[in-house]
Amino acid sequence: MQLGLTHFLILSALLFSLGLFAVLTRRNVVAILMGIELMLNAANINLVAFNKYVAPAALDGQVFALVVITLAACEAGVGLALVMSAYRHLETVHADEINIMKW
Amino acid sequence: MGQLAAFIILSIVTLASAVVVVGSKNIVRSALSLIPTLLGIAGLYILLHAEYVAGIQVLIYIGAITVLILFVIMLTEQGTGARFRQVNEQVLAGVLAAAVLAVLLMAVFFGTTWAPGPGALPQYTAPAIGSTFLSSAILIFIVTSFVLLVALMGAIVIARRER
Repeated sequence: MQLGLTHFLILSALLFSLGLFAVLTRRNVVAILMGIELMLNAANINLVAFNKYVAPAALDGQVFALVVITLAACEAGVGLALVMSAYRHLETVHADEINIMKW
Repeated sequence: MGQLAAFIILSIVTLASAVVVVGSKNIVRSALSLIPTLLGIAGLYILLHAEYVAGIQVLIYIGAITVLILFVIMLTEQGTGARFRQVNEQVLAGVLAAAVLAVLLMAVFFGTTWAPGPGALPQYTAPAIGSTFLSSAILIFIVTSFVLLVALMGAIVIARRER
């Protein structure tokens, strides 16, 4: 069997589902952020795989993957700063206990 | 054949450590097993002839984001968080949603055939990526740089201690 596009797509679907599970069920905000990183990586695998197998004439897929990595770094920086700020004010990092805006 | 073997090994490493990331009760263990996951994905990028993306993956994800996550874990929770309950009450619904999504995606992927496009990737992609960023993708490049600057300032402003 030859290595093809479908292998990469299946792997990224599994990785995305694992990330979604972490986002849906974890209480710790840092663990939720790790789930988001897994989902972004799954999307990146798809971009690079489509670039190689479907549109190899241009490098747009790899360029998009680099942009996604940059934005993931921004998201991690701002998200973890928010975690620090919330911990300082509320003494918790659990997403279901941060509910002071719920009336 | 060798490519398929490499793919199988890399995907086993990636998925096994991703399961530890998602399932471990110890939050430090989750953050540390993010490293083999991301390394496996970097190997997959090399398999896909994207050596520049693989290098950036190692530098930014493993070198910066994982270290940042570990620092925040150490600064926030007392210890590893193993004393706290790590999952909410919706584990069953979460498993169900993730499984349904995985099955749907795989059904779509198995049912669709993509026609291979014309042309081939250049032998070394880094110079071509550089010239793409400075010619046709110049707007994306500038906007991303701006977002990076704003995120830098925002992170400092948000995390700073108020007086």
